[in-house]
Amino acid sequence: MLSGFMVNTWIVATIVAVVAGAVGFFVVLRGSAFVADALPTGAFAGAAGASLIGVSTLVGLGVFSLLGALGIGWLGRRGRQDVATALTLVMMLGLGSLFLSFSGQYASEVYSLMFGEVLGISVNEVAPVAFLGAVSVAALAVIYRPLLLTSVMPALGESRGIRAARVETLFLVVLALATSMALPVVGALLIFSLMIGPPAAARSFTDTPALAIGLSVVIAIGTVWAAIAASYQTNWPVGFFVGALGAVWYAVGRAATAWRRSRQRARAASEHAGYARQAATVRT
Amino acid sequence: MNPILRAVFEPGFFTSAPVRVALLAGGMAALVSSVVGIFAVMRGQSYAGHALADISVTGGSASYLVGITPLWGFAGVSVVAAAAMDLIGVQRRRGRDLATGIVRGAALGLAALFLYWGTTSTSTTGATITVLFGSIFTISGSSTAAAALLGAIALGIVAGLYRPLLLGSASPELAFARGIPVRATGSLCLIAIALAVSLSALTIGAILSTALLVGPAAAGLRLTSKPGLAILWSAVIGLAATWLGVLLAYDSYYWPPAHQGWPVSFFVVALVLVFYLLAQFGRPAGTRRDKAVARQAEAGA
Amino acid sequence: MTDLGAMTTVEPNLAADREETLAVEGVSVRLGGREVLHDVRFSIRAGEFVGLIGSNGAGKTTLLRVILGLQKPATGQVRIGGAARAGRGTAVGYVPQKIELDPDMPLRARDLVGLGLDGNRFGIPMPSRGRRERVTEMLHAVGAAAFADARVGTLSGGEQQRVMIAHALISEPRLLLLDEPLANLDIRSEQEIVSLLARISKERGIAVLISAHEINPLLPVMDRVVYMADGRAASGTTGEVVRPEVLTMLYGHHVDVIHLHGRVLVVPGQDDEPAIGSRDDTHVLHADPAAPALDKAEGRR
Repeated sequence: MLSGFMVNTWIVATIVAVVAGAVGFFVVLRGSAFVADALPTGAFAGAAGASLIGVSTLVGLGVFSLLGALGIGWLGRRGRQDVATALTLVMMLGLGSLFLSFSGQYASEVYSLMFGEVLGISVNEVAPVAFLGAVSVAALAVIYRPLLLTSVMPALGESRGIRAARVETLFLVVLALATSMALPVVGALLIFSLMIGPPAAARSFTDTPALAIGLSVVIAIGTVWAAIAASYQTNWPVGFFVGALGAVWYAVGRAATAWRRSRQRARAASEHAGYARQAATVRT
Repeated sequence: MNPILRAVFEPGFFTSAPVRVALLAGGMAALVSSVVGIFAVMRGQSYAGHALADISVTGGSASYLVGITPLWGFAGVSVVAAAAMDLIGVQRRRGRDLATGIVRGAALGLAALFLYWGTTSTSTTGATITVLFGSIFTISGSSTAAAALLGAIALGIVAGLYRPLLLGSASPELAFARGIPVRATGSLCLIAIALAVSLSALTIGAILSTALLVGPAAAGLRLTSKPGLAILWSAVIGLAATWLGVLLAYDSYYWPPAHQGWPVSFFVVALVLVFYLLAQFGRPAGTRRDKAVARQAEAGA
Repeated sequence: MTDLGAMTTVEPNLAADREETLAVEGVSVRLGGREVLHDVRFSIRAGEFVGLIGSNGAGKTTLLRVILGLQKPATGQVRIGGAARAGRGTAVGYVPQKIELDPDMPLRARDLVGLGLDGNRFGIPMPSRGRRERVTEMLHAVGAAAFADARVGTLSGGEQQRVMIAHALISEPRLLLLDEPLANLDIRSEQEIVSLLARISKERGIAVLISAHEINPLLPVMDRVVYMADGRAASGTTGEVVRPEVLTMLYGHHVDVIHLHGRVLVVPGQDDEPAIGSRDDTHVLHADPAAPALDKAEGRR
């Protein structure tokens, strides 16, 4: 499993996990799970179109996920956000089915691009993935503060001159970048699972945003490694394990939150009892 | 008159049996989806609807494995998934999309597994394309009646719960105060959505399932503030987009590049988007929207 | 017919070095065909505590948005520290009206306050000890040190209000705007926030403009008041503005002012009551010696 030809897979998977964990923190913060889900799915039309005109599928994926991000942003500002996402998604899928009907040759890569393929990473893919990953992380770092403020309280951001629409567009672009680079290992359909499961868990364990991002990245890396290992052993698709583990992390996060809340309530109750006792002693 | 009609309706359109099936099945799916879709969009459950469509396709591929009629795979799995989503709290506004996404991720992972088990490596690609871009007109005669029954049930649910659902979607607190079981009606609504999208996914494919659930309803809600009228508009737009799409697909048979016709999915989705954009931008300025803006400003002051 | 603008008292020429922190000059705003603000003019000096009083729909939030630069006035302008308001900067601190924070969000009080320093800056954030210390000092100043490390979403209304104030103050603005900060607080929190703001205003020489629909919580600490109704404003000391003749002019129908134990009650009168000026309009119950205390502000200066 750790032999030479798998090394590329591990490297790419780690990079993917780092980006997914970091970007995912904001996806969960902004409640943009649908967008994170729709972008890679719709990006497939791009892959089909790319193979039509003979361009690399990665470029096709990237271009279409960017177009999707911009489309969602544009429509979303003029109507409901979830309707905008749904319509942009189905339009891209419609185009995808159109492209597929023109040529039948794209088919062979589809399965691995959708659900992930452990053995499919060649050494040529490491460099572009690393580059895109670095760009994504750097972009995220640059917009970190305004993005955090507008995500938490848009009114505050507005009053300080942050134009929410511009920050959101930038974030969507980063999201598009992250999804298109993550396809080779994890598969388009499940990359978003890596972006929402780990952050959902991480946010339950720490109160600080920086720590939450860090923990999210760590959990994402662990998830991807476990998924690859399991897929290698069983030959089952990587995506299956990512989806399953995503659900597990979400459940862990919910449980941790519930436990934290019950402890808070217990503490508040005992404080209350303390006050009551104090008041009683004062009265006597 | 005749040459124009002949140009629009390519010869053989009305006599072709597949076309008739497409019009009938597509029309039925469009009708159910666009009506139920009003409630999905009002309640902000577009994502849930989309997720359920893909999940129902998972159920479909599972049913091939197990050997039961696809219809029950589609419908059964999606209803189960709807129940799961409801339990996790899809009805709560906060964290709702997160829960939906997690369920969808898990379901898609399972779909990947079923596809891997159920197919040989050579035919994998065909099945996976069907999963994603599924434009399946595979409904057989025996299933038509069952599909129609499911559609009727979905419509029946939203018709029977019409007023409680309207009130509960607009203001859960008000509905609760009037003794409406908000949570229960919400769960039933989600099940209706599950039935509607699984019916659509089976007959016309997962893409159109989502498109017809969300697009016509969103357009209808933009065009009028009266719910009954919005439902009417939604149904009209949904049917028009579907039937026009079938027509265009038929007419496109000799179009380049492959001379096999362009897929129905593409036309219907494009039409749905066009109608939505028309509803969005086609309204004259200085109307309701501006008044709403002014009202908002007042309320904030 | 007396011009309402003329009822705005011309400020006595106190120490000329006390610059005008905020000058609103003849601002009018039209929204959706309605005139939401009409010829509003007043000014605030450093260290002054001014209440912006008016009911919903009076135009308070719109006025605040104009001052923040988020809404362009149809006529007139706003000047901050003498300079015309061009872009948006940190010269104005702002506490918005609705604070809805997700309790699951991993953001501590001190993180939100830290964002008040540099939340609008692009670029890679560098943690620094100086920043940390400033945040801690600010949290102490508003009395939020006890819950500095708690998640903002889990704090009570009053606690969140303090954090928001710290966030607004940490960038050392000259002007602090608060949009209905007392709306959802219990009486004790209300009093605590008001005295906190008054203390900060005096200690740091910050001009504070706080909007509310109830004047009484602010009476003890207000220097002057800007009273708004229907987009029109009258400004001056409370003794000058909170009078039946001024408010009647403002509201456009008869208004009585009742003093009771140092508090004031503004009550719409009946239409058939005798015209203003034909009787003693300042009704005093119980021959309350506290009535002159309404002009506490004058005594303070």
